Amino acid sequence: MAFGPHLILATLEGLVTSAVLALMALGLSLVFGVMRVVNVAHGEFYMLGAVLAWAIASAFGGHPSIGFLAALVISPLIVGGVALVADRLVLKRLDYNPEATIVATIGLLYILQQVALTFYGPEARPVQAPFTYRVSLPWFGYSGYKLAVIGASILLLLATWFVLSRTRIGMIMRATQYDSETAQAFGIPVGRVYTGVFAVGAMLAAVAAVLIVPISQAHYLMGRDPLLLSFIVVIIGGLGSLRGTVVAALLIGVSDGIISVFFSPTLAKIIATFVVAMVLVFRPQGLFGTAAR
Amino acid sequence: MTGRDGKAIALHGGVIAALFALNFVLPEYHHGVLARVLVLAVFAMGYNLLFGYAGLLSLGHAMFFAAGLYGAGLPMYHFGWGVLAAFLSGLSAATILAFVIGMLALRTKGVAFMIVTMMFAQVGYLLVYYFGSWTRGDEGLVIQQHARAIEIGATTLDLTEPTTRYMTALFLFSVVLLVTFALVRSSFGRVLIAIRENEERTRMLGYDTFANKLVAMVASGAICGAAGAAYLILFGYVGSTFASIQYSILPLLWVLLGGASTTLGPLVGTVLMFYLIDGSGDLLKTYAPGWNISHLGIVGAALIILVLFFPKGILGTIRDRWARWLP
Repeated sequence: MAFGPHLILATLEGLVTSAVLALMALGLSLVFGVMRVVNVAHGEFYMLGAVLAWAIASAFGGHPSIGFLAALVISPLIVGGVALVADRLVLKRLDYNPEATIVATIGLLYILQQVALTFYGPEARPVQAPFTYRVSLPWFGYSGYKLAVIGASILLLLATWFVLSRTRIGMIMRATQYDSETAQAFGIPVGRVYTGVFAVGAMLAAVAAVLIVPISQAHYLMGRDPLLLSFIVVIIGGLGSLRGTVVAALLIGVSDGIISVFFSPTLAKIIATFVVAMVLVFRPQGLFGTAAR
Repeated sequence: MTGRDGKAIALHGGVIAALFALNFVLPEYHHGVLARVLVLAVFAMGYNLLFGYAGLLSLGHAMFFAAGLYGAGLPMYHFGWGVLAAFLSGLSAATILAFVIGMLALRTKGVAFMIVTMMFAQVGYLLVYYFGSWTRGDEGLVIQQHARAIEIGATTLDLTEPTTRYMTALFLFSVVLLVTFALVRSSFGRVLIAIRENEERTRMLGYDTFANKLVAMVASGAICGAAGAAYLILFGYVGSTFASIQYSILPLLWVLLGGASTTLGPLVGTVLMFYLIDGSGDLLKTYAPGWNISHLGIVGAALIILVLFFPKGILGTIRDRWARWLP
C-alpha cells in the first residue's frame, strides 16, 4: 500500500479510537466536573461493560445483532447500577472529599478487576459484530461496523450535549457544578444529582466498551490503557469542559492511531504521558478550558 | 527532656531492640519475611514523610523506589559495581529524580498533584520497557549471589546470608526511623505539619512553603530510593513491576493502615498488610477454591475499609484515644 492510503487507514483507525475515547472521557469529565471526584475506577466500569456485553451476547442465540443490541441496552444499565451502589455505599459516606475518594476508587478498581477475574476468567473473548458489511474504498475495504461506531459515538455526544445545555436536567446538573451550596439552597437535591451523575458517567464508559468489544476483545485488564488515555483527554481538554473533551479525544485518538502505525507505540505513550503531565503542571486549566474556579 | 520525650525515645529504642531480638527467635520463613518487610517499611516511612507530615498525597512514589532499584541494579549488572557504590548510585538517582519531579509537580496542588505524580511515574514505568535491552522489562535483572557481598579488609560480609541480610535491613530501618523521628520533631517537621494543616496561613507567617515542601519531597525520595537500592542488594532482583502503579499504591496503603504522620505507623502497616495478604492467600485457597482472587482484591477492600472507617489508621487512632504522646 502506498503512503497516502496507509495514512487514510491510520486516520480511520484513529477516528474509531477517538469515538470510543470521547465517550469514555466524557463520563470521566462529567463526574469530575459536577462532583469534583477523580474516578480512578472509570476504566473498570469500561471493562465491566465489555465483560457483561460478552456474557449477555453469548446468552442470546440467533443472529449476532440480537445479542449485541441486548448487550448495548442491558450492560450499561447493570454498570450504572454498580456505580450507583458504589456511590451510595462509599463515595457519599466520604462526603465526596477529593483525596479520600481517589483512594477509595483505587480500592474499587482492584475489587472490580478481581471480581471480573474470578467470574469471567483471565481469557480474552470476542463478541460478534452485529453486521459484517464491508465498505469498499478505492484502495481497501473497510469494516462498516467501525464506521457505525463512529456514527453512534457522534449521536451519543450530541445527545449528551443536548441534555446538558437544553433540558431541565442539564440545567440542574450545571447549577450543581457551578455552585453546589447555592443549588442546594434553591432546593436542588444535590445528593441525588451526584449519584445520578456518577451512574451516568459509568454508563457512558460501559456504552463505549460495548461498542468496542466486536473490534477488540473483552479482557479483565482492558480498563488500564483507556483509563490513562481518558485522563489525558480530560486534562488536555480542560477538566469539565465538554467541547474540550471532544476536541482532545479527536487529537489524542487520531495522533495515537497515526503515531502507533509509524513509530513505536511505547515511545508514543511515553511522549503523550510526559506532555500531559507538563500541561497539568504549567497549564492546569487544560489547553482549551477556562481557569478553574 | 520531658516525660513525653522520654516515653517516645524509649518506645523507639524498644522497637529496635525487639526487632534485634526477633532475629534469634524467629523461624526461618518469618525471619526472611521480616527482613523484606523492614526494607519495605523504609519505603513506607519515606512515603509517610511526604504524605503524613507534609500532607502531599503522591500517587507516583514507585518511581523513587524504582530509581533506587535500577540506579543500583543497572551498574551492578552491567558494569559489575560493588555493593556500596551501587547503593550510593541508587540513592543519588532517586534523590536527583525527587528534586526534578518536586520542582515540577509541586507547582500543582491537591488532585492535580496526585495525577501529575502518577503520570510521571507512568513515564518511568514505560521507560523501563523502552530501554528493555538494558532493563529486560518485566523479566527483570537478577544479581548473582557472589556480587552481593561487601569486603572489609580480610572479612567478607555476605549479604545473602539470612542473619547478615536481616541485620543489614534492620540497620537501614533503624537509621531511617531515627532520622524521621528527629526530622518530624525538628522545627522543619513542625513547618511541614503547619503546611499540611493550612498552607496559606503558614506562608503568611513568613515561611517559604515551596522550599519546605521541596526539601520534604527530596528527603522522601531519597529514603524511598535507599529502600529500593537496599532491596536490590539484599534480594538481588529488579523487574518492571516495581515501577508500576501498584508500587505507588502499596506505600499509601501501608501508611494509611499503620497511621499517617506517626513514626512507627509505616512499620505496623507494612507488617500487618504483608501477613494479611500472606494469610488470606491460604484462607481463600481453603474456603473458596477455584476463585482466582489475588492479593490485589484484598488490597482494594483494605483501601476502601480504611478510608471509610479508619482514616487515621491504627497508631493514629491509638494516639487519639489513649496515647497523646505518640510521635
